[in-house]
Amino acid sequence: MSNILVLLETRDGSLRPASLEAVGAARKTADELGGGTVTALAYEAFEADAALLGAAGADNVLIAGSAQHSAEGAASTCARVAKEVGAVAVFLSASVRGKDLTARIAANLETGCVPDCTAITVTDGQMVFTRPVYAGKGLVNAKVSGSVAVASMRGNFFAPASREATAEISETSAEAAMSIVREVAAKTGGRPDVAEANVVVAGGRGMGDADNWAMLEAIADKLPGAAIGASRAVVDSGIRSHSEQVGQTGKTVAPELYIAAGISGAIQHLAGMNNSKCIVAINKDADAPIFTAATYGIVGDVNEVLPVLAEELGKLEA
Amino acid sequence: MKIITCVKRVPATTTRVVIDAPTKSLDPTGVEFLLNPYDEYAVEQALQVAAAHEGSTVTAISLGNGAAQKELRTVLAMGADNAILLTNEGALDADVSTTARLLADAIRGREFDLLFFGKQAVDNDAHGVVPAVATMLGVACLTEVVKFELDGDKVVCEREVEGGREIIEASLPCAITCQKGLNEPRYANLKGIMKAKKKPLETVEVALGTPALEVVDFTPPAERPAGRIIGEGAGVVTELVDLLRNEAKVL
Repeated sequence: MSNILVLLETRDGSLRPASLEAVGAARKTADELGGGTVTALAYEAFEADAALLGAAGADNVLIAGSAQHSAEGAASTCARVAKEVGAVAVFLSASVRGKDLTARIAANLETGCVPDCTAITVTDGQMVFTRPVYAGKGLVNAKVSGSVAVASMRGNFFAPASREATAEISETSAEAAMSIVREVAAKTGGRPDVAEANVVVAGGRGMGDADNWAMLEAIADKLPGAAIGASRAVVDSGIRSHSEQVGQTGKTVAPELYIAAGISGAIQHLAGMNNSKCIVAINKDADAPIFTAATYGIVGDVNEVLPVLAEELGKLEA
Repeated sequence: MKIITCVKRVPATTTRVVIDAPTKSLDPTGVEFLLNPYDEYAVEQALQVAAAHEGSTVTAISLGNGAAQKELRTVLAMGADNAILLTNEGALDADVSTTARLLADAIRGREFDLLFFGKQAVDNDAHGVVPAVATMLGVACLTEVVKFELDGDKVVCEREVEGGREIIEASLPCAITCQKGLNEPRYANLKGIMKAKKKPLETVEVALGTPALEVVDFTPPAERPAGRIIGEGAGVVTELVDLLRNEAKVL
């Protein structure tokens, strides 16, 4: 049996949607390995939805019930449960918390880890993990040498299963913590995180003054689930926050739609967004490198093009 | 305070990646290497904490090839007191578990209150070495920190997570990984560079041991299908919206 354990991420008692992608990846991989049980583990207390997790691919759900998140606590609980369920792999999402946990779980299990995977294939009964390195300028395909593999999944690269099944929910114990997350403040503004969004509306130096960003906000308002992104130049000049930076020293994104306005397309920026399904570039300079990555390009002034784009998108809504 | 900061020599972020097929890794020919950008925040934070606590020392440790002495000299020029280079010609390509084990072995047995690292090295992008080092050393680790406060032997940090901000606390000794926004890293000035030449830089040869990962291959990313410029100015926006809706089907 090729059992796989998935460490779920919950915050304030609710499940992070990216965890369902990790559950889906586990289901698919376990099936390709010839069948196995997929167990989902939550370190913090949470009311699990047996139907939702079952449909996504989990057979069992274990709740450790800790009062707050702790990286060491979650990692050692996960490593213990991995041994208890005889897991050949431990999957989780490559979120900020997930990236923190991946290598810890591997260290606890004295095995190797593959953080931030974009694909998993099963060849000759062995898992081969694909992960981007050098900000996506190269892809490594690797196997874990130990008996259990620990891997985290990049957002928007794996899908939850959609099956008719209900997961069995039970409790387990939580290992003690060294550091604790004392407080979690939700971001105000209501937009999703740029790394998780299905649509990213991003601006660069060509946007000019901070006030001009209202044009991008107006477009994002018309696209459900859109986040605002920014180039490094804009972040370094203090116009936008680093949490919105896309690129090699910011976030790597892969939305369905990426709109790049006034972004020239430095190699570090392209590396962070060229896995987007559809890229729209709007730039004054017809020779800007962003056009080499763009699905659709418009050569023009953002001040003229963006208001018309907002208006046209508004018509679709109506 | 005994402070250790760990740094890595990495290719500049402007590097065009050329694959060396036999070694399944980056062809280093003509590549400019420098101090990992996130490590600058780690070194700066280490120096700031040391300056606030009289009698502190800052030791820089790096796992790298022989050439990584250059990056350690940069850290010494910024103000670290001494440096240790764990050297192996294959070190820059070592996997997370191997790198973590060698760094943990070098740190174990030394007195330390705080370990500062960059949140990721911009070559392997794994974010994994530090949490693994901390696990191996049995200390807490706070990652991707944008705000750091030390109150007695308690550390309180903030980090940004998807859609929010977390406040994390732990007791000394612990490890911290530094994110952009934590501080403004200083530049090494001429005086610092001159002083750095006389600071101790110890080189210790290490064996990498059995890797935890077997690299099957290293390939370029799939090429994007060629796109097209649909036209100039606001007049083609209607066409763009139509393409997004009916061809790309993303609206």
